[in-house]
Amino acid sequence: MSDEKEDIKTPDELEQPGAEDERPLLQEIAVRRGRFSALVIPVLAVFTAFVIGGFIIAATTPAVLAAWSNVFQAPIEALRITWQTVWGAYLALFEGAFGNPKLIVEGFQIWFSTGDPNPLLAALRPFSESLVISTPYIFAGLAVALGFRGGLFNIGAEGQLFVGGLASAFVGYSLSGWPMIIHLPLAILAGLVAGGLWGAIPGFLKARTGAHEVINTIMMNYIAFRLTDYLLTGPMMRQDGLPITPQIKPSAYLPTLLPPPVRLHWGFFIALGAAALVYWFLWKTPRGFEIRMTGANPHGARYAGIRIAFIIVLTMTLSGALAGMAGTVQILAVDHQLVRAFSTGYGFDSIALALLGNSHPLGVVLSSLLFGFMRGGASRMQSVAGTPVEIIRIIQGMVIIFIAAPPIIRSIYRLKPPKEEEETVIRSSWG
Amino acid sequence: MPPLLELRGITKRFPGVLANDSIDLELNKGEILALLGENGAGKTTLMNVLYGLYTPDEGEILIHGEKVDIHGPNDAIDKGIGMVHQHFMLVPVFTVTENVMLGVESIKNGVFLDRKIASERIEEISAQFGLDVEPDAVVEDLSVGAQQRVEIIKVLYREADILIFDEPSAVLTPQEVGELFNVFHALIDQGKSLIFITHKLNEVMEIADRIQVLRQGKIVGTTTPAEATRNSLANMMVGREVMLEVDKPPANYGDVVLDVNDLKVYDDRNLLTVDQVSFEVRAGEILGVAGVQGNGQTELVEALTGLRQIDSGTVSINGTDTTSYSPRQITEIGSAHVPEDRQKDGLVLSFSVADNLVLNTYYQPPFSKGLNLQQDAIEKAAQERVDAFDVRTPSIHVPVSNLSGGNQQKVIVAREFSRPIKLLIASQPTRGLDVGSIEYIHGQIIKKRNNGTAVLLVSPELDEIMNLADRIAVMFKGKFIAILPAEEATREKLGLLMAGIRESEIVPA
Repeated sequence: MSDEKEDIKTPDELEQPGAEDERPLLQEIAVRRGRFSALVIPVLAVFTAFVIGGFIIAATTPAVLAAWSNVFQAPIEALRITWQTVWGAYLALFEGAFGNPKLIVEGFQIWFSTGDPNPLLAALRPFSESLVISTPYIFAGLAVALGFRGGLFNIGAEGQLFVGGLASAFVGYSLSGWPMIIHLPLAILAGLVAGGLWGAIPGFLKARTGAHEVINTIMMNYIAFRLTDYLLTGPMMRQDGLPITPQIKPSAYLPTLLPPPVRLHWGFFIALGAAALVYWFLWKTPRGFEIRMTGANPHGARYAGIRIAFIIVLTMTLSGALAGMAGTVQILAVDHQLVRAFSTGYGFDSIALALLGNSHPLGVVLSSLLFGFMRGGASRMQSVAGTPVEIIRIIQGMVIIFIAAPPIIRSIYRLKPPKEEEETVIRSSWG
Repeated sequence: MPPLLELRGITKRFPGVLANDSIDLELNKGEILALLGENGAGKTTLMNVLYGLYTPDEGEILIHGEKVDIHGPNDAIDKGIGMVHQHFMLVPVFTVTENVMLGVESIKNGVFLDRKIASERIEEISAQFGLDVEPDAVVEDLSVGAQQRVEIIKVLYREADILIFDEPSAVLTPQEVGELFNVFHALIDQGKSLIFITHKLNEVMEIADRIQVLRQGKIVGTTTPAEATRNSLANMMVGREVMLEVDKPPANYGDVVLDVNDLKVYDDRNLLTVDQVSFEVRAGEILGVAGVQGNGQTELVEALTGLRQIDSGTVSINGTDTTSYSPRQITEIGSAHVPEDRQKDGLVLSFSVADNLVLNTYYQPPFSKGLNLQQDAIEKAAQERVDAFDVRTPSIHVPVSNLSGGNQQKVIVAREFSRPIKLLIASQPTRGLDVGSIEYIHGQIIKKRNNGTAVLLVSPELDEIMNLADRIAVMFKGKFIAILPAEEATREKLGLLMAGIRESEIVPA
């Protein structure tokens, strides 16, 4: 078969770095470096955002400004106060997010010696709260990441989250007398189906008419919000006339792991399971192969015999169902009723999470935990250190900017540009 | 007297690649210098250095014996260097005048474009060099050859003395190439000097005064058409003995495999692009479809492979009516498709070599069982195919984008040819490949044909068609204007047919 002589390098091969014998090693390094740099950019982005955030904290704290107005008399003092402020704020953020290590250790000691678990539970609460916040983030982040892998930009996670929450709440409060083993799965299923349908509509519009999913998912968000308003002030309104749904029945509660005040619930582990499931589906099954192929090169997918229209609808449906689950867990495990503003932008943040996580389920879990911890710690940062929670929003915003524009990070830290494929996933759907 | 243009020791490195390795080049006034080399030999890099798009790592450029620095196209233009790109840089909806003015607009009354002055100059230039371009014509209405002449006018309008032509004949019919060469002569007669980049041996032999051959970034020889032969040039280009002709036993015709009747297909703009085409391809034969690009070949292939809806007419493969079949059904019936654009259609560049080798069979056993892809089976098959088809890749796990064009094409060939196929539809299977890969892929196609596969080969390269095909169809404006046995086809005859001129002795299809 070998018509070409072994010693001939075709000129095309010359264009490849390190042709022939030394190539396997170089390629191996390149592949490893690719994986490594997939991690490096997000980590540096987060670090950089926190550093800049520190400057912003300093620049907006009156005590620091006062110290700096005296900088010529007391330069050391100005630096000291600056450092103290920023360090104090971030320390409070850390404790708010993970809990105070000292209190946790003491809690264990009390529990072991007296059998009283309450101090321990109280000490664990901040950590648990962060995980509770992370849970809808994971679902919504997976939703957007799955869409990205299929070449679709699902901006509608927030709307899908609302309809998922509505459906779960409805099943949760309207059915009664059912055993938990039926009621809870039904309530979850309702959220999945509602979110899936909400995602399928823009998917179908794209597959059928070519209408861009970015536009239509945004529009579907508005419809979902106003639908929520209507239902909460009408058919699903509580009897006392407040725009809140009735309480769901305990048989539809998604259980917590530990007694109050720790609110960590099984939804968190379902979310981790969902991440594993998404990974398996995308990378280990033929259907996932089709979705990734369609996302990476729709022309190639069509050539390979894949029904693009079907894949678009499927991807949007699954994406919507995952986003719906974000609403579902929040209702069934935490809120137990649906209020108008029950989501504080989980669906919108999820776009950032998918970007930060490189549209990979593991990356989404990690970035969701990061966002969960940041939001979890923010309120303590405000109450203890007096640093406004909005600082967290600013830091999150900067993280996203750095992730979306990797050349910024690369030029700050003098990193070499990677091979193209690393970044294509994010941008492909705008083509 | 020093040469008009001299490059001395030009070296250009890219990470891991030495694209130009201390290249020396001279261009004398009034000559046509052909720069011959395969894709990736460094021709375009060298010209981009000269045109100021790249800064060389070493070496210098001299014009009239004086050292010059060229930092960008504007510098190059100032120094009288102009480039006619392979892919035209024209705004389709603008007129010729507007296109030519773009960047060097003449202004009247301080604000308004002065089209009149520009169009007068264009007419002047057009007459002077025999370019025959109407200044007020809209570019998208012009033929490809005329668009190229607009590009030439653009360069002349900017008063270039040295004209670089980057693969100018790639998009032209043989007749248009002849016209282009007439323009070359006119340019030389008026004192211009040309650098002509190409990989086509015939053209070099016909038009060049001097030939420099580039291989792997180095000048490997300088010669003249009088001293060289096509074979000696090919050997120089590739660095070893090359078979220019394919060894092909006589065809052993079998049953009809592909049967097309009165096929009508519309393109994306809803224009009739395949117009009542009928033909057959039998087992063991290669039917070549010749024609200038854009005469409906793309749409014909898309229709046959299920990628484009058929308006009317029928297609049957091995006796099965496949007119309304999906691409997958057509694949499953035993048809293989080597698409014309391998990177757009034939591969998923970010996927691994292994994944690309099962791109259309991943769902079948043994690659898929139950709910799961069988990674082991996929990798085993991939390794076998990589070995069997001599795909040069460091591993089956690297993204296929890391491979050279020739090896990417081999991945497609390995995937399509290792299935049991009865019909092969190959569209420009060697586009942009080096001579070595072309040789290999031609050999594989012949092998399939000898084993009784029916082959439909679509290519705008006359050499490819004449080398491989048993019968040749010529497509012009959506119709097969003739189908003739390969032995009766001459370059001239095919050239005329490709231009739509039907000679009386050629039997219409």
